[in-house]
Amino acid sequence: MSWIDLFRNKKRNTAVTAKERLQIVISHERTRQSQPDLITAMQAEILSIIAKYLGIPTDKIQEQVKVDVERRGEHSVLELNITLPESAHKALPKETAAEEA
Amino acid sequence: MAEVIVVTSGKGGVGKTTSSAALGTGLALKGYRTVVVDFDVGLRNLDLIMGCERRVVYDLVNVVKKEANLNQALIKDKRLEELYILPASQTRDKDALDIDGVARVIEELKAANFDYIICDSPAGIEKGALMALYFADRAIVVTNPEVSSVRDSDRILGILASKSKRAEEKLEPIREHLLVTRYSPTRVERGDMLALSDIEELLAIPLLGVIPESLAVLRASNSGIPVTFDQESDAGQAYLDAVDRFLGHKVPLRFVNTKKRTLLQRLFKAKEGAAA
Repeated sequence: MSWIDLFRNKKRNTAVTAKERLQIVISHERTRQSQPDLITAMQAEILSIIAKYLGIPTDKIQEQVKVDVERRGEHSVLELNITLPESAHKALPKETAAEEA
Repeated sequence: MAEVIVVTSGKGGVGKTTSSAALGTGLALKGYRTVVVDFDVGLRNLDLIMGCERRVVYDLVNVVKKEANLNQALIKDKRLEELYILPASQTRDKDALDIDGVARVIEELKAANFDYIICDSPAGIEKGALMALYFADRAIVVTNPEVSSVRDSDRILGILASKSKRAEEKLEPIREHLLVTRYSPTRVERGDMLALSDIEELLAIPLLGVIPESLAVLRASNSGIPVTFDQESDAGQAYLDAVDRFLGHKVPLRFVNTKKRTLLQRLFKAKEGAAA
């Protein structure tokens, strides 16, 4: 621990890390704030489309549709999980589960 | 015409009350009739920072609830002719305020010929904070060069743009000002603290001023004398500069760079820094 430290490589500049982390979190929170009901609205619409094409009442599949947005590293992942009820089996050749990235 | 100014931040402990007192004092020093209103119901502290804690009889909640009139609750500063304080209640909770009551108090203050009505917001984004910002024409967002403070300031900017009276009634938006407090150029230079330019870039609102980390602020609050009165001090001068900018004057920034040192002093400092 002396003035020799002056000639060594500096440690990772934490202020730079702070700025980068804030840039990501702030831009993410701003988009979420400007569209707070986006996910709910999307969920409702997906629900109605499934109900329409499979001919099942929406209330029966309501709890089987899950829409989530998750952050994984530098990417945002839109995750869509649909579990179809027994009655839909006749309409489709096999059970469908979709995941979109 | 009176202007309503909210001093806000989201995060606690960044210097809202210190800044409210210092800026209010600065405006009064310039001859503007100014009142500082403490919205931190239940945790009042403005009285202590302004040194009038023993003169509080009635408070904001009393006026909102019509238990006292405005003149009974207003405390006139002993040092400045044009400076007044409206303290918060110590005993009640934040729900003691309601929007209609606060609207009436603001109207009464405007009728009492104040030029500036400064609303010192409590921390958080709950009712007390929303009440403090609802009627604002201008907002001073107090931010420390630190991650949680910057993030919370951004949240508060979102709330100013959506939950204020001006936003709800689709009037001209609140004029926002950034006030960076507890700034340490030495730490910025070392790469340990967010730089002013980083904060400005992240929050993207016009800069009102930078208050350096200063012993003068602690001394001022110890003695109940707003730091603006200490015009020898860096922080006192920085607040006065901010007041000038608030009034529309162009004033160069001070206290944002480290003092230039000789090579010997620099080596000595580096050694000291390594030992710490």
